[in-house]
Amino acid sequence: MDNFLEMVKWIQLLEATRETLYMTSVSVLTTFILGLVLGLLLFLTGKGNMWENRSVNVIIAGFVNVFRSIPFIILIVLLIPFTKLLVGTMLGANAALPALIIGAAPFYARMVEIALREIDKGVIEASQSMGATHGHIIFKVLIPESLPALISGLTVTAISLVGFTAMAGVIGAGGLGHFAYLEGFQRNRPIVTLVATIAILILVFIIQFIGDYFTKKTDKR
Amino acid sequence: MISIKDVQKVFPSKQGQLKAVDDVNLDIQEGEIFGVIGYSGAGKSTLIRMLNGLELPTSGSVTVAKRVISKIRGSELRKARQEISMIFQHFNLLWSRTVSENIAFPLEIAGVNGPERKKRVNELIKLVGLEGRENAYPSQLSGGQKQRVGIARALANNPKVLLCDEATSALDPQTTDSILDLLVDINKRLGLTIVLITHEMHVIRKICHRVAVMESGRIVELGQVLEVFKNPQQPITKRFVQQVTEPEETKETAEHLLERYPSGLVVQLSFIGDSVEQPLITNLIRQNNVTVNILQGKISQTQSGSYGTLFIHLDGNEEEVHKAVDYIRSQQVGVEVLSNG
Repeated sequence: MDNFLEMVKWIQLLEATRETLYMTSVSVLTTFILGLVLGLLLFLTGKGNMWENRSVNVIIAGFVNVFRSIPFIILIVLLIPFTKLLVGTMLGANAALPALIIGAAPFYARMVEIALREIDKGVIEASQSMGATHGHIIFKVLIPESLPALISGLTVTAISLVGFTAMAGVIGAGGLGHFAYLEGFQRNRPIVTLVATIAILILVFIIQFIGDYFTKKTDKR
Repeated sequence: MISIKDVQKVFPSKQGQLKAVDDVNLDIQEGEIFGVIGYSGAGKSTLIRMLNGLELPTSGSVTVAKRVISKIRGSELRKARQEISMIFQHFNLLWSRTVSENIAFPLEIAGVNGPERKKRVNELIKLVGLEGRENAYPSQLSGGQKQRVGIARALANNPKVLLCDEATSALDPQTTDSILDLLVDINKRLGLTIVLITHEMHVIRKICHRVAVMESGRIVELGQVLEVFKNPQQPITKRFVQQVTEPEETKETAEHLLERYPSGLVVQLSFIGDSVEQPLITNLIRQNNVTVNILQGKISQTQSGSYGTLFIHLDGNEEEVHKAVDYIRSQQVGVEVLSNG
C-alpha cells in the first residue's frame, strides 16, 4: 500500500489539478462572455427578431457550426500556428486556452440561442410597448429571463471543457490529462491514471453541483 | 385623442396578400372606453397593435395623443409608447421579477430614480389591490392577480391611453368582472382613455361607452353600446348581441313555451334605457282584456343605461291579444312574436 501511494506523486498531482483548474476557469469565463455575445447575435439577427438580418445570421451560424463540428483534438492541431502567434509557445496551460475557447464558445453560443428562443415573444413585445430600448431588452429581459437556462448550459459547457483540458494535456498543455498520460499511461502505473481520473471526476461533480444550485436558485417559474 | 384615418394593413402570405385591416376610419374621444369586437381573424388585434406602433399601417395614418404613431420612429416612438400602455391576454409579465419589480420595470425604462420608483410602485400596488403580494413571483399568482400586475405596470408612467388586448379572455367569469370593474374605476378616477378588443359581448356591455364591430378587416357597425344593443344592424352584430341578451337555453325555452301554450301568443319584449323602469305589465293588464303570464326575463346594465328582455304569454280573445301587442309597441318597447314552427 505504501508503495502504491508512493507511486503517486502527490505534489505533481496537486500541481496538475491546479493547472486543470486554471485552464478550466479561464476558458469557462471567456467562453461565457464570447458565447453569450455570439448567442445573442444569433438570436437577435434571426427571423422575426429585433435585428433581423439574414446575411449576418448565416455568417455567424456558419462559423458556429464549423467550429462546433471539428473534433477537439483536431482543432488543437489546426490552431497550432494561431496559438504560436498569440501565445508564443505550444507548451503550458496558456497555450491550451485559444483552442479551448474556440472549441467551446460556439457550442455555448448555440445553447444561448436555444435558451433565448424559449423566452415568450409576448414578454419582448410587452417591453417594446413600454418604450424599452434594445439595451433594456437585452439586459433587463433577455438575459434575466433566460438565466437558469444560461447557467445550466454553462454547466454542461464547463464539464466538456474539463474533458477538453485533459485532451489538450496529452499534447503538452499540462494538467490532469497530461499527468494521467505521462506519469500513468506511459510509465505503466495504472494507479496514477486512476487517481488522476478520480481528481477529474471530483472536479466535474463540484461543477455540476454549483451549476445545479444556481440554476435552481434563479428559476422562479 | 385617437384618430385612425384610411388605415390598411396588408400581410404578404403564401396565398397572396392578406388584408388584415381594410380601410378603417375611427375617432376615439378622450376619456372614452371604446370597444372593438370581432371573431378571431377579424383584424382587431392588428388594429389595436397599430395604436402603439407594434404594427405599422401599409397605408393611412394613426394619430394618438397628437403624435402620428404611424410616422415616428426610434426614440420619439419610444417616448410616445410610454404614454400608450398595453395589457395582454397572457399578461406577459417577467417571471424572473417579483410583483414590485415587474411594476418598477416601465419606471426603469423611463429613467425614474430609485426612491421615486419605490414610492410609485407602492401607490400602484394599492391602486390595483395587491397589498401583501409585493414580493411574490408571477408563478405564485392567480390569473386575476397577474392581470392586476399587468394593469399596475401599464399605469406606472401615467399613460394617456390604455390598450387592452383581449385582457380578460384568459380569465374566469368572476375574475373577468373584477378586472372590468377595476378598468372602469381607473377610467373614472384617472380620466384614462381605454381601447379594448374582445370577442365577448359581455365585456362590451359591461364597460364600454361605444363599440365597433369588425368583420374581415372592416368596421361594419359603430355606435353607442346601448344603441347597438337596441338596434343591431348587421347579422354579425345581432349574433354578438344575442350572446348576452339571450342565454343559451332561450331557443329551447321558446320552443318549449310554444308547445305548452298552443293558444294565445308568446311574445319577446326588449326594453332599452328608460323603458326598463316603466310599469309596462301593470298598464298592459289594466288597459287590455288579456291574461299575461311572465315566462322568463332578464335585465342587464351597460355603462350608459340598462336594457332587458322579457318573455310573456298573452292569452284571451284574438282581437284583444293583438290590441295588447299594439299597445306594447306604442310604449317604445321592442316586440317580437314567437310563432309556431
